[in-house]
Amino acid sequence: MSIRVGKTSKAPDFPEAAKVALQDSQLRQNVHHATEVIRTKRALRVHETDDWQELRNAAHDIKEHTLAHLDHYLIEFERNCQQAGGTVHWARDADEANAIAISLIRQYGGEEVIKVKTMTSDEVQMNPALEKAGITPHETDLADMIVQLGDDEPSHIVVPALHKNRFEIRDIFRKKMSLPTLTAEPEDLAHAARQYLRDRFMRVKIGISGANFAIAETGSVCVVESEGNGRMCVTLPDVLITLVGIEKIVPTFQDLDVFLQLLPRSATGERMNPYNSLWTGVRPGDGPQAFHIILLDNGRTKLMHSKMERETLDCIRCGACLNACPVYRETGGHAYGSIYSGPIGAILSPQLNSLEYSRSLPYASSLCGACYEVCPVKINIPEILIHLRGRIVRDDQQTLSGTFSQMNLAMQGAAFAFGSRRRYEAAQRLGRMGQKLFEKNGQLVDLPGMAGGWTRYRDLRPLPQQTFRDWWRARAAAKPAIESEPRP
Amino acid sequence: LQIALFVACYNDTLFPQTGIAVTNVLERLGHTVTFPMQQTCCGQMHYNTGFHRESVPIVRRFVETFADSEVVCVPSSSCVAMMREHYEMIAESENDATFLADVRALLPRIFELSELLVSHLGVEDVGASFPHSVAYHPSCHSVRVLHLGDKPTRLLRAVQGLTLVDIPNKEQCCGFGGTFAVKNADVSGAMLAEKQASILSTSAEVVTAADNSCLMHIYGGLHRAGSKIRTLHLAEILASQERAQ
Repeated sequence: MSIRVGKTSKAPDFPEAAKVALQDSQLRQNVHHATEVIRTKRALRVHETDDWQELRNAAHDIKEHTLAHLDHYLIEFERNCQQAGGTVHWARDADEANAIAISLIRQYGGEEVIKVKTMTSDEVQMNPALEKAGITPHETDLADMIVQLGDDEPSHIVVPALHKNRFEIRDIFRKKMSLPTLTAEPEDLAHAARQYLRDRFMRVKIGISGANFAIAETGSVCVVESEGNGRMCVTLPDVLITLVGIEKIVPTFQDLDVFLQLLPRSATGERMNPYNSLWTGVRPGDGPQAFHIILLDNGRTKLMHSKMERETLDCIRCGACLNACPVYRETGGHAYGSIYSGPIGAILSPQLNSLEYSRSLPYASSLCGACYEVCPVKINIPEILIHLRGRIVRDDQQTLSGTFSQMNLAMQGAAFAFGSRRRYEAAQRLGRMGQKLFEKNGQLVDLPGMAGGWTRYRDLRPLPQQTFRDWWRARAAAKPAIESEPRP
Repeated sequence: LQIALFVACYNDTLFPQTGIAVTNVLERLGHTVTFPMQQTCCGQMHYNTGFHRESVPIVRRFVETFADSEVVCVPSSSCVAMMREHYEMIAESENDATFLADVRALLPRIFELSELLVSHLGVEDVGASFPHSVAYHPSCHSVRVLHLGDKPTRLLRAVQGLTLVDIPNKEQCCGFGGTFAVKNADVSGAMLAEKQASILSTSAEVVTAADNSCLMHIYGGLHRAGSKIRTLHLAEILASQERAQ
């Protein structure tokens, strides 16, 4: 098995990567601006939707039901898709998915492909695999094209080039499209992109897409987008190959009623996506004459055994949690070391891949709950983060270095103190004595070890001489009538 | 009413004046306050950091200590969030029916301070006087887990002489997040810098909240930056009898 989630296995720890991002003031400014714009638009659209909470509940129920019976719905999808003239392939992991795509492209004699924005293809790192096989992939989504031309990585699930402003985009286009006089006016940038893409839309005979939804009842596939490049990619080529994670199945056509209300509002703050493409198999004389769909596992079935972990797969990739997250807001997406960033990335990447590769991600959250509040399918992300932290701690405690880590020793010590009144009160006294070493001008400074992380950015008042319980005891001694302890 | 106070370990140790203020407010309203001396911690720090096994005895201790209390008052919304969000789950994972039954019986009797005053006791004016401009920081757990809504600000509006000012983008996290503040100190510091800037853009003399943990963080940043803005727990403002000069 070779499960792969972007480049997670080679990524540095989140706190280290975040440090780099925090020093990039241009990046932070871009991320602040972009997330605020989307957040404001989203809030407006959610506010005007009277039954928003009911929609969220319905979506959550549909997803939970589907995942609990995924075996049934996948097979129903396969049957209906094949009946409509599609071919269904099953890929256990990233390598299998890439191998299937490459062999199909070769079978149809293709040397290049046009692609609609698909995070799943970034997950399996399809572009490098295609290039290695001598096939040229052309990203056609504007942001994905910017990322591809800039030799960059996506930093957002929905808006992959969110970390770039238009001046940076102009510079990429100038260089890669040989347009030395291009301006940073949005119209000019769009025009340049159109010219660049049009030729490829007309010439390339094989398209690759992802899918927002795959409908078991009809065997149909649905892609929503804003630019129309997706519509081009799924209608113009002779051959269409769609890569989709197995969790993207919904049981019935009717279910789209719920999701197509939630997704655009959550993702881009629109009531409806400008382009909603739905297709079922192949139709003679209309659209691609060969349709292949690759159903991808790549770690997803590992999450099925636990109700808590499985909830992660409810995600419809709207990116609302990224825009709402105060951590993502400061660091942008690259610090997460995965193509799935932000709160959902912090639970998705470690679970799809091995927890081993992303041990710092479940801690990349203040557990503020903003992600859960905006999630259109009600994934309790903070709860899953805490669950994953539990798994990491248990794994750590199996090792010598984990057992003697500062964090483990501190937590064991605190747990011991909290276990009895006598030990707890002794710890309070000990703290008061120990702090004398670090007191300076009425503040604690330069605390040692982990606590040094606190004093790097913040002052701290020393522990007062009298605890609350000291005060209570003193008062009770003076006024025996309000003594609350049982009398001897 | 006989009200048992769970003051929270960090208030007990670092912010005794908050427990004293809660006691004063409740007694002023004619209630009897008790303080079970066996109490230590709610288990949140361990649980949220992933030390789930270690949190179980702490949670058991809390439940045993307060099992017979009529009403429990907690001046810390994140501790109450820990109880409401996780205590049942912890008891379920222990496969201990008695423990679970005790948790279920106790939970409805636990109130964060503003819940206790406004919803349970039906009081908004607690007879306080505090002639200062005050910004209320709606802490994450108080907003998104406890859904305190306007309870704290209703209490503050009823305080004589108090001017309530609004912090821009007030529901954004201050960056504390428990062990997050040390594990991801740099990101946490950046989040704090934003919160500080928002607070400094107001005319507030005092920042208040239902959690001293966030206030400790905010104070740490403000004081480091040389600001004279004070941080005070909601209870301390409600206990205040300070008159305008």
